[in-house]
Amino acid sequence: MNRYDVRSIGKTERITRLVSHLFAKMPEIEAARAELITESYKETEGQCMMMRRALAFAHILENIPIIIRPDELVVGSSTIAPRGCQTYPEFSYEWLEAEFDTVEHRAADPFYISEETKKRLKAADRYWKGKTTSELATSYMAPETLRAMEHNFFTPGNYFYNGVGHITVQYDKVLRIGFSGIIKEAQEELARCNFGDEDYGTKSIFLQAVIISCQAVIGYARRYASLAEQMSAKETDGRRKQELAVIAEICSRVPENGAEGFQEACQAFWFVQQLLQLESSGHSISPGRFDQYMYPYYEKDINSGKLTKEYAQELLDCIWVKLNDLNKCRDAVSAEGFAGYSLFQNLIVGGQTIDGRDATNDLSFMCINASKHVFLPQPSLSIRVWNGSSQELLLHAADLTRTGIGLPAYYNDEIIIPALINRGLSLDDARDYNIIGCVEPQKAGKTEGWHDAAFFNMCRPLEMVFSNGYDQGVPASIHTGDVESFCTFDEFYNAYKKQMEYNISLLVNADNAIDLAHMTLCPLPFESCMVDDCIKRGKSVQEGGAVYNFTGPQGFGIANIADSLYAVKKLVYEEKKVTAGELKKALEMNFGQGFDAVTAKEIALQVGKQLEARGEEVTPDIIAMTVHSVLTMKLPESEKARYEEIRDMIEELPKFGNDIDDVDTLARDAAYTYTRPLEKYRNPRGGMYQAGLYPVSANVPLGAQTGATPDGRLAHTPVADGVSPSSGKDVNGPTAACNSVARLDHGIASNGTLFNMKMHPTAMAGQKGLESFVSLIRGYFDQKGMHMQFNVVDKATLLEAQKHPEKYSGLVVRVAGYSALFTTLSKSLQDDIIRRTEQAVNR
Amino acid sequence: MNDYLDVKGRIFDIQRYSIHDGTGIRTIVFLKGCVLRCRWCCNPESQEYAVQTMMVNGKPKVIGRDVTVREVMETVRKDMPYYGRSGGGLTLSGGESLLQPEFASALLRAAKSLGISTAMESMGCAGYDVIEKILPYLDTYLMDIKHMDPGKHKEFTGRENTLMKENAKRIADSRMTELIVRVPVIPGFNDTEKEILEIAVYADSLPGVTQIHLLPYHNYGQGKYEGLNRPYLMGSAASPSAEKMEGFRKAVENHTALACQIGG
Repeated sequence: MNRYDVRSIGKTERITRLVSHLFAKMPEIEAARAELITESYKETEGQCMMMRRALAFAHILENIPIIIRPDELVVGSSTIAPRGCQTYPEFSYEWLEAEFDTVEHRAADPFYISEETKKRLKAADRYWKGKTTSELATSYMAPETLRAMEHNFFTPGNYFYNGVGHITVQYDKVLRIGFSGIIKEAQEELARCNFGDEDYGTKSIFLQAVIISCQAVIGYARRYASLAEQMSAKETDGRRKQELAVIAEICSRVPENGAEGFQEACQAFWFVQQLLQLESSGHSISPGRFDQYMYPYYEKDINSGKLTKEYAQELLDCIWVKLNDLNKCRDAVSAEGFAGYSLFQNLIVGGQTIDGRDATNDLSFMCINASKHVFLPQPSLSIRVWNGSSQELLLHAADLTRTGIGLPAYYNDEIIIPALINRGLSLDDARDYNIIGCVEPQKAGKTEGWHDAAFFNMCRPLEMVFSNGYDQGVPASIHTGDVESFCTFDEFYNAYKKQMEYNISLLVNADNAIDLAHMTLCPLPFESCMVDDCIKRGKSVQEGGAVYNFTGPQGFGIANIADSLYAVKKLVYEEKKVTAGELKKALEMNFGQGFDAVTAKEIALQVGKQLEARGEEVTPDIIAMTVHSVLTMKLPESEKARYEEIRDMIEELPKFGNDIDDVDTLARDAAYTYTRPLEKYRNPRGGMYQAGLYPVSANVPLGAQTGATPDGRLAHTPVADGVSPSSGKDVNGPTAACNSVARLDHGIASNGTLFNMKMHPTAMAGQKGLESFVSLIRGYFDQKGMHMQFNVVDKATLLEAQKHPEKYSGLVVRVAGYSALFTTLSKSLQDDIIRRTEQAVNR
Repeated sequence: MNDYLDVKGRIFDIQRYSIHDGTGIRTIVFLKGCVLRCRWCCNPESQEYAVQTMMVNGKPKVIGRDVTVREVMETVRKDMPYYGRSGGGLTLSGGESLLQPEFASALLRAAKSLGISTAMESMGCAGYDVIEKILPYLDTYLMDIKHMDPGKHKEFTGRENTLMKENAKRIADSRMTELIVRVPVIPGFNDTEKEILEIAVYADSLPGVTQIHLLPYHNYGQGKYEGLNRPYLMGSAASPSAEKMEGFRKAVENHTALACQIGG
C-alpha cells in the first residue's frame, strides 16, 4: 500500500444527501423509550435492580420503533425523527415536564415536542415519582452540600439528572468475538461460580443480566436485518435494492458474531455506539481509538481487493453522519452548560501503539477526511501528538483546523502518559489512552472515570473570603475571618485555601452521593460487559467492576483567580494603594458600573431565595421592588470615581497569559488550591479523585452567578474558560499565551485541561501558516501543555452570523471540549466566543 | 566576561510569532534608526534614531526605548521551543540594524550562544568593516536590493545604491552567511519585469545566492504616517496584483537559476 495516499479522497453525493436529510427539521422528543421502560419496570417490581435493568433494556430493544433512513449504508436509529431524542425518566423527569411548554423555544438547544408526546410522557412519568437517581442522590447529601449547590459553588448537574456515560468500551472485543463471544464468556464465568461464594447472588445475577442484554442487542440487529430485507424486496432502484440486501446480510451476522470485513466492522461498531446511548442517557460515550481498532478490518479488505479506499471513506462518512443523528435533551440550565446539542462522542486518531511506536495509519487520515466531508460537530475529533508523530498527519489535521470547524483538538502524549501512570495505570494502558468527552484521558475498556463529575467555580470561594462566608447576607460557607483583619497576603491566601478546601469537600460529598444513587438504581449490564474486569468480578461498572476507577470534577476560572490574587497581592499588601475594605466595597458595587436588567433580576431572585429560606414570604412585588432598587441604585460620585480608579489600577497590572513569570507562577500555585485537595478523596467505587481544569461551556452560565472579581472582571460576566487566559487579556501573541498556560502543572490535572485559542484565518494561510501552526502546537507540547483547540474564524464573520443566523446555519465553531453549530448557541455563549482573544500574525 | 550582554541599543518593538520573515517562527527585534527614507516605508517610526511620540488609536505612544542585550534576550529566549520545532529564531529588523553595529552584533552573538538561529533584514548600507563584525553571528542575511539604477534609487530612497551593491558582493564572497535577496515591489518605482529582472540577474551573479523574495507593496503603514503627522507619499497606490507578482516570479525563474518566492 502506498503510504497515506488517502488524503485527497473526495466526498460522495450520498453524504450530502444524508446530511441535508438529517438537518431538514428541528430535533424532536419521542416517548417510546419512556413508555417501554415504564412498562417493564411495572412488571418487574420486587426483582433485584440488576435484573430489572437488563429486562427493561431487552424490552426496549424488542419494541422500540426502528427505521432505515434513505441512503444509509450504516443503520440503527434510536428515534424515528432524524436527530430526535428519547427520554430517560429513571434518572430524572420533572425538569422536562416543567419545560414542556418552553423547550421548543428556549435559547440553547431547543427541541420540538408534540402535544401527543407530552401526554404520553406525562402518563409514563407518573410512575417515577420517588424512584429516580436524582431523588435518591439528594437524600444521601449533607445539608451543607445542598446549601453550597444552592449558592452556586459547584454544580454536579450532569450525573445528578442523567446517566453517567463518559466511557469508552471494548469496541475491539465486539469486533473480534461478537456478542455471542461475550455471552460465552459470561456463561463460562457463571459456570465457575460456586453456590457457596459470598458474592454468588450478585455475581450470578449480573452475569445473567449481561447475557440477557447481549441477546437483546443481537435481536435488535436482527430486527434491522428483516427491515432491510423487506425494504430491499420493495425497492425499485436496483442499486439501492442491492445496498439494502447487503445491509440485511450484515445485520444478520453482526454484532452477534465477530466482523469479517470492514463494512461489518462499521455496522457492529455503530450498534454498540448507538445502543450504549439507549441503555442510559449519559453523554460523552466516546468511540476512542477508532483508527486503531478498525484498521485490521480495513487492511484485510484492502489487501484482498474486497474494498476500495473510496468506499471505505464513504462508510466512514456514513458513520460520521450517524454520530450526529443521536441527540439528547437536557434541562435548560444544563443545556447552557453543554450548548450545541453536543454528545461529545470523542474519537481520537494518531498517537502511539502500546509498545511506543507511531500509530498513524490510513484510517487516521481518513477520519480527518470524514470530518471535512461531513462538516458537522460530531464526532469530537481529536488527535494525539507525541515526539514521534507523523508530520504529514499533523499537517493534514491542521488543514482541517483552518476550515474553522474547531476540529480536531490536539492532545499531548508526552504529558498525558506520565500523568496517567502517576494515577496507577500500567505503561501499556497509559500508552493506549484515548479521550473521553471534552478532554478527559483514560484507558478504554478498563475505566470508569466519572470524568466531568461537576463544575466547580473557583471564583465563588474567593467571594467568600471577602464576605467571610456570607452570600447576600446569609451564611453560605465557612467563616475565614474579616477580610480587613488580614495583615499579609499569605493570610488572605490562606483564607482562600480554606474556603476552597471546605467547598471541595462538599463537592466530593455531592459526587459520592450521586455515585451511590447510580450504583443502587441504575447499574448498566450492557455497558459493563464491554469493560474489564466486570465479567470476572461479577460487578457492573457502577458497582466498581472496572479496573480503574476515578471521579474527575473540573474546576474553572484559573485565569480570574490568578489575576485576582496578583491584584490583591500587589495593590492591597505590597503597594498598599487600596485597602482590603475598599476592594471589598468596590467588588460589591461592581466597580461602580451598576447592574444591567438581567443581572438585577438575578440578584433579586437570589435575595428572594434567601428570604424564602428564612421562612419569609416572597411575592412578585418584592422581587420587582428589589429589581427596581438595584437598577436605580445611585452611588455618590466620589465613591464611584474611586471604584473606577481601583479598576483602572487593576487593568494596568500584568495578567496571566502574557508570559510573565510572576503572574504565571501565581497561577500555577492557584491551580493547586483545586487540584491538590481533591487528590485525597476517594469514591464509593474504590477509586480516587482527580482534577480537571476545563469548563465545557459552563463558564458563561456560572459566570452569570458570580459577582465582580478583583481581576477587574465585572459581576455576572463570563469567567475565563478552561486554562485559557481571560478573554482579551493575552496581548503578547500566541507563543506568549502558550508559555503562560504551559506554566500550569498539567500533570496533576489528569482529568484534563482545556486551552482555547482563537486564530485569525490569515495566521494559518498558506503552507507556511500551516507549518508554523503545527510548530506552535509542538512548542506548547514540548513544555508539557496538555491540550489545545482552535477557532479559526474572524470576528467579523461571527458578528455577521449573529445578525443573520439564516445565512450561517453551517458555521461550526469550537465551544469548549467540542464543536457546535454557532447559530444554535445562546447569545451569551456566542458573545463569549467572540470575545476570546484573536491571535493574529505580526508582519 | 559577558559584557556584550550589557551593550545597550535602541529598539522600538519586539514581535513574537512572526512567520513571514525568515524560516519558521521568529521573534523580530526592530532597531530604531535608518539611513534611507524610502517613500513606501511601512515602518516610518523606525527611521529617526530619536525617541518619538506617535498617535496610535488616538492615544500618544512613545516610540523607542533603550535596552540592554540581556533585556532583549529575556524575551527572545522565551520562544525557544517554537524556534526548535519550526527552524525559526531571532530576526533583527529596523530601521537599519547596521546603524547600531555593536548592539546588533551583541544581540546576534547572544542568540547564537543559546543555540538560536539568527537572521537580519538589512540594506547593507554601512562600511564593510561594520558588516564584517556581524557576519560571524549571522545565519541568514536578508538583504534588500530595491533597484539597480543609482539615480532612481536615490530619488526614491534618499541614497544611491553603489555601496550596498558592493557590500552584497563582498558578503556573498565571504561565504560566512546565507545571503537571500529581497525586493520590495513598489508601484511606480520598480514594478516592471525589466527592473525586477535586472535585480534578479545581479543577485544570481552573487556566489552562493540561491533565493530571491519578491515582497509586494502594501499600505498597512499609512496610518502611522498620520500618527507621526507626516504626509504619505505613496498616495493611493494599490498593491501589485497576485497575477502581476506571479508573472514576475515566473520571469525571474525563467531567466535565472534562483528560486523565487512571493512574500517573506
